[in-house]
Amino acid sequence: MTYFIDRRLNPKGKSLANRQRFLRRARAQIREAVQKSLKDSAVADLGKERKIKISAKGTREPRFRLDPKTAGEQDFVLPGNKEFVPGDEIKKPKSGEDGQRGKQASDSGEGEDDFEFTMTQDEILDIFFEDLELPNLVRTTLKETPSKTWKRAGLSTAGSPNQINLVRTMRNSFGRRLALKRPKLSELEALQALLDEAEQERPETEETRARISALKEQIAKANAKRKWIAFVDPIDVRFNSFTEQPVPTSQAVMFCLMDVSGSMGEREKDLAKRFYMLLHLFLKRRYEKVDVVFIRHTHDAQEVDEHEFFYSRQSGGTIVSTALDKMLEIQKERYATADWNIYAAQASDGYTQSGDARRCVEMLNGDLMPLCQYYAYIEILDEREMEVFANEESGAELWRAYRTVAELWPNFATKRISKPADIFPVFRELFKKAEASA
Amino acid sequence: MSSLLFTEAEWDFSVLDRTYKAIEDIALGDLKLDVYPNQVEIISSEQMLDAYSSLAMPLLYNHWSFGKMFAREETMYRRGYSALAYEIVINSSPCISYLLEENSMTMQALVMAHAAFGHNHFFKNNYLFRQWTNAAGILDYLDFAKKYIAACEERHGRDEVEAVLDSAHALMDQGVFRYRRPPKPTKERVLEKRRRRAEYEEEAYNELWRTLPAGIEPPEAQPTIDPEEHFEGEMKLPEENLLYFLEKYSPTLKAWQREILRIVRTLAQYFYPQRQTKVMNEGCATFVHHTIMNLMYERGLITEGSLLEFLHSHTSVVFQPEFDDRRYSGLNPYALGFGMMADIKRICEKPTQEDRDWFPAFAGNGDWMGTLKDAWANYRDESFIEQFLSPKLMRDFRLFALFDKADNEAVKVSAIHNDTGYRRVRTALARQYDVGNSDPNIQVVGANLKSDRKLYLEHRMHRGVPLHHATKELVLAHVEKLWGHDVALEEIAAEETVAA
Repeated sequence: MTYFIDRRLNPKGKSLANRQRFLRRARAQIREAVQKSLKDSAVADLGKERKIKISAKGTREPRFRLDPKTAGEQDFVLPGNKEFVPGDEIKKPKSGEDGQRGKQASDSGEGEDDFEFTMTQDEILDIFFEDLELPNLVRTTLKETPSKTWKRAGLSTAGSPNQINLVRTMRNSFGRRLALKRPKLSELEALQALLDEAEQERPETEETRARISALKEQIAKANAKRKWIAFVDPIDVRFNSFTEQPVPTSQAVMFCLMDVSGSMGEREKDLAKRFYMLLHLFLKRRYEKVDVVFIRHTHDAQEVDEHEFFYSRQSGGTIVSTALDKMLEIQKERYATADWNIYAAQASDGYTQSGDARRCVEMLNGDLMPLCQYYAYIEILDEREMEVFANEESGAELWRAYRTVAELWPNFATKRISKPADIFPVFRELFKKAEASA
Repeated sequence: MSSLLFTEAEWDFSVLDRTYKAIEDIALGDLKLDVYPNQVEIISSEQMLDAYSSLAMPLLYNHWSFGKMFAREETMYRRGYSALAYEIVINSSPCISYLLEENSMTMQALVMAHAAFGHNHFFKNNYLFRQWTNAAGILDYLDFAKKYIAACEERHGRDEVEAVLDSAHALMDQGVFRYRRPPKPTKERVLEKRRRRAEYEEEAYNELWRTLPAGIEPPEAQPTIDPEEHFEGEMKLPEENLLYFLEKYSPTLKAWQREILRIVRTLAQYFYPQRQTKVMNEGCATFVHHTIMNLMYERGLITEGSLLEFLHSHTSVVFQPEFDDRRYSGLNPYALGFGMMADIKRICEKPTQEDRDWFPAFAGNGDWMGTLKDAWANYRDESFIEQFLSPKLMRDFRLFALFDKADNEAVKVSAIHNDTGYRRVRTALARQYDVGNSDPNIQVVGANLKSDRKLYLEHRMHRGVPLHHATKELVLAHVEKLWGHDVALEEIAAEETVAA
């Protein structure tokens, strides 16, 4: 058996170091590809293993190679001649890049072709979360978590009688009695028995009487000792001790609120979707369970499924507060704050019926913000508007109204975006900002 | 009592051992093969992918390009686009063969015959491998290379090391000596060098420096300059080995960077014989496993079922799609190599008149094993085809030669498998396997060390074929990084033209 070595049990992942180097090298392309693929997948689907196609740029491995297509001449030999005789001419394919050439080029890693490979969930997420963290999340969560539990915390000498720890108490008492030599009940009974026996003896002799009085004295002494050495003394008593500990809730619900009136086109919805996806990912990482509730609104709000939310259109006016009403209603019905961390993300183009903005602010300040861990509002503008509203101070009615909320609540954020490229930086900034003010 | 080695598809180590011994008996006893000691390793499919992505070497330094290769192979494999190889074999002594655990017992037998004896014999006997590779030392060298590069990463940062490796990899094809051996230092010079190194280390070490507070580096003592290695020294030009030239004469590289270039070019040189003997190497291994498996069946060592399983796999290995087939991706080296070797056996045993005319030296000599062993030892693909490709095989493969000129609208059929065409087809095919022709011929022709330090490269175009423009620019950028100054590449027509 000297010839054989079983290598199957060797540690796995020998090429992990190379893979990490590769991912690091292609980071820019991979990030781009991951972002591009957001568009086609469901909000909750992102954190899954997936195929990523990146451009070969950046991970190219160029070598000198000959290019007989541009100049010069060559001979080559092929197998499988059927009808050709010397002198025959075969037309070359026009484009100059037929299928086979393309394949060869990509095999050698020099072609401009895209490079496709599979990334694990963790690798994808790491790219998102590089240096991005929900702001002080742990702290806020703990601080604001309403639910608490009692946890054992050893023993104490004080407590309520129902928490007496009998075992410990009795152990202490036993030790103390032993140490102080407290007469046992059985010893007392034995003395009493001897005394009884002596008293029964007839005829009563001098010796018997002396014995009786000695025994009586012993009994009296023992009784006295038993009296001043208590069976259970207050210093023996131990109580179970408990401390109060907050329980971080392990589930979160994310409310996606979106204006779906005519003014929100495909572009706006796409931008909003990407934003929701990223938020969902965050929560997914933090919480064991994340529910997503989609609320769309025009002049009237409805809870809908994801497909409806992103792809169906409705006509009507725009009353933002109806969505907030709906959110509050659903939250009351299904998501008690004791069990759920509540996050909300609202996307809108910034238009609402006049006067409605004030009602929104009232609702947020009064009802919603105390419930929410985080509330993000993004306003989707087109690029021209973006220039007009370059200043944070100016804006439509809803924007101005929400800014007042943001001043009051550190966990309320407002942001404007106008193109896909804005999303990622904005998303970061949203949470950074909250961190700074938290 | 049955003499069968195994009847089940399942294998265990005792069956493997028994089978290996039977194969060894045939290989060494009947075929009289001459092999390095064997070390057979069983690996899982993931480990096979690992091996793929590190140039099939058991240990190699880390670089992102290997990670990229792994990602690609893994995706292909997982989607079922490509199956894994049954084996990988390493030209080392002992010769390491990897067997995939999923193989059936018949496949394990085939693979052992193929790799542990076929390839092994070729590695040990072919003149290119004997002259250019050091089978006994390669694993130690790789171990050194891996540690050295890891130490460099630690010291100089991963990015720095990666940049040098990127540039060196780009020049790997130009990092081999094709025609001459690297100048070997004389024994005195080696001793002198060793003494100088020890001296330098002694000088550079000073107990005092250990007392310096952290963060302050001792001044660097200049290593004594080896006059023969200094770049002012006389350069031997033209130089075909770009990596060697840069390692020796680049004005900007630091000592560790030169060592990395040396590692990369040592690897390139190690693989260079394999690139020149694809057809022969695979042909030899395939022919050997075919012979051994058939002998084992004849001697009642394997069942008919095993034989059929082996033949099924063998025929798919040596399958050659025709050029207009969708599956066509060039000539299959297994098919051509095995075909030629089986044909040589036929010519030795039952030659036709045509064979006697073409191969008077060995037609009908009856000693096919001797003839093959001679071929395996003394030829490479190009010369082997030029010498041994028979008209019959050209007819079987229906080979035809085409002439292509870039400006022409059409390619022209210049010769086919007929009496007037055999020699032209054969020569064209041999040229196709000449690595010297398919690799661009790039040489260093000059360097202005005294003035602007510009480096001059020259590409001697073979039959007017220029370099691919986009990759040329990319690779030149890498040369400039290593050289540290401007680099010019001129493409000139080579004087000699080879008649088609």
